[in-house]
Amino acid sequence: MEIPNLVGAGLIVIGAGVGLGKIGGSAMDAIARQPEAAGKIQTAMIIIGALLEGLAFGALILGKN
Amino acid sequence: MYLCAKFQDCKIKKVNKMVFNKQFLKNSLTALIVAVPLITFANASQDTVHSSITSRNAAKLETHGKHHETAGQVSQADKINDHISHHLQDAHDFDFYSDEQTGEHHGFPLPVILFDNGLKVFSSAKFNHGENVAEVDGNYYKLYHGRIYKTDVAGTLTFDDHHHPSNAEPLDFSITKNVLSLLFTALLIFLLFTSLAKGFKKKGPNALPTGFNRVLEPLVLYVRDEIARPNIGEAKYKKFMPYLLTVFFLIWVLNLLGLTPLGINVTGNIAVTVCLALFTFVITQFSANKEYWGHIFWMPGVPVPMKIVLAPIEILGMFTKPFSLLIRLFANITAGHTVVMGLIAIIFVAKEQLTVGGSIGTSLLLTLFISVIELLVAFLQAFIFTMLSSLFIGMAVQEHEHDHDHSHDHAHGHDKHHAEDPEIPVI
Repeated sequence: MEIPNLVGAGLIVIGAGVGLGKIGGSAMDAIARQPEAAGKIQTAMIIIGALLEGLAFGALILGKN
Repeated sequence: MYLCAKFQDCKIKKVNKMVFNKQFLKNSLTALIVAVPLITFANASQDTVHSSITSRNAAKLETHGKHHETAGQVSQADKINDHISHHLQDAHDFDFYSDEQTGEHHGFPLPVILFDNGLKVFSSAKFNHGENVAEVDGNYYKLYHGRIYKTDVAGTLTFDDHHHPSNAEPLDFSITKNVLSLLFTALLIFLLFTSLAKGFKKKGPNALPTGFNRVLEPLVLYVRDEIARPNIGEAKYKKFMPYLLTVFFLIWVLNLLGLTPLGINVTGNIAVTVCLALFTFVITQFSANKEYWGHIFWMPGVPVPMKIVLAPIEILGMFTKPFSLLIRLFANITAGHTVVMGLIAIIFVAKEQLTVGGSIGTSLLLTLFISVIELLVAFLQAFIFTMLSSLFIGMAVQEHEHDHDHSHDHAHGHDKHHAEDPEIPVI
């Protein structure tokens, strides 16, 4: 049985969403604990988010064909 | 997000105080945001609103080698797909919009420069959007899906098994839509920053800049203080500032141009992002110090068998880093454009279900929403590209003065170096 591409795309998005949620949640926790380090935490959060996003997009593009 | 919002907030505040009066800025910003989806909608409607078309135009609407020459009707989904994929591609002419009933195209042709037994230069108007065969010095060329093929007088294209033309392709150095956009951006950035530099030259480094320079100065300082300095290090960041600033403003301006309804999609072109990532790669490798190569080929502080295992992984990591850079930028912008155009297509797809007014309203709201997010993404992608570039460069040039035995302990990220450890899966 052939699984349509859309299912794969959905799975990727679910994975990426869970990952981004975890990153954002942890960053929120960290900022709540140490508000003075908010700037550094934001930067790290954005970088990790971008890495994750790159992975998800890579999978989406490779899966398109 | 917060960082970015904070930054833009203070930028706008600064602008408010200095350049414009607040009410004017507020009004023009609102008008701009409201106008973006409207203008885009106006363009797309020209292409897809009519469901019945003549067979002559149907011949042009071929998707992925599926030929519809015989059918007078092309399904709406195919037409929308075709329109989106056409937008994502580079083109030999600047096409603002086209009327498919009359077959008229509104735009302007661009010069085609071919290298095929000597230099051939002619206007892309000769192709007439792929309908005509261009004759230059006894050679015949035909435009098919954005590529130029050498043909006979009649313009016959022979196809292989994958529906790709098997005709010979001349070397194409044309000034295409993307090239023109790049040149325009380069000129714009050149003019803006020479005036900024001149201002500082005239008044000294501590003077308050005037005019648009007040917008540029905090951005330059932002790249320096938030991106270059913390990642590359106080000692060496200056050498890389020109590259980082160039890449930041180039990507940002191109991303913003992509949000205008001109149909520009430069940073969503993989060739462009490959080139940008290649610059970062080359700069990283050529400015790398001994320690960087030591960490790649002979990881200090681990047993010998582990060193042998780690070397190929680190060598692979050298290439996956720029690869992830290029994929991220390309995919983000492509996805953004696709989503915006897909949401505009709601107007035509959901016309029956939601009535005309309903589908336009839905599409307008969703497009507005996504456009605002895309404004953020435009900045964020420029920021991320510059940030990661400086991170990779920083990894290559920084002196590791701390004990290497602890340098692979990810759990205690108390030091900047840990964030830059090459073992983070960078994709």
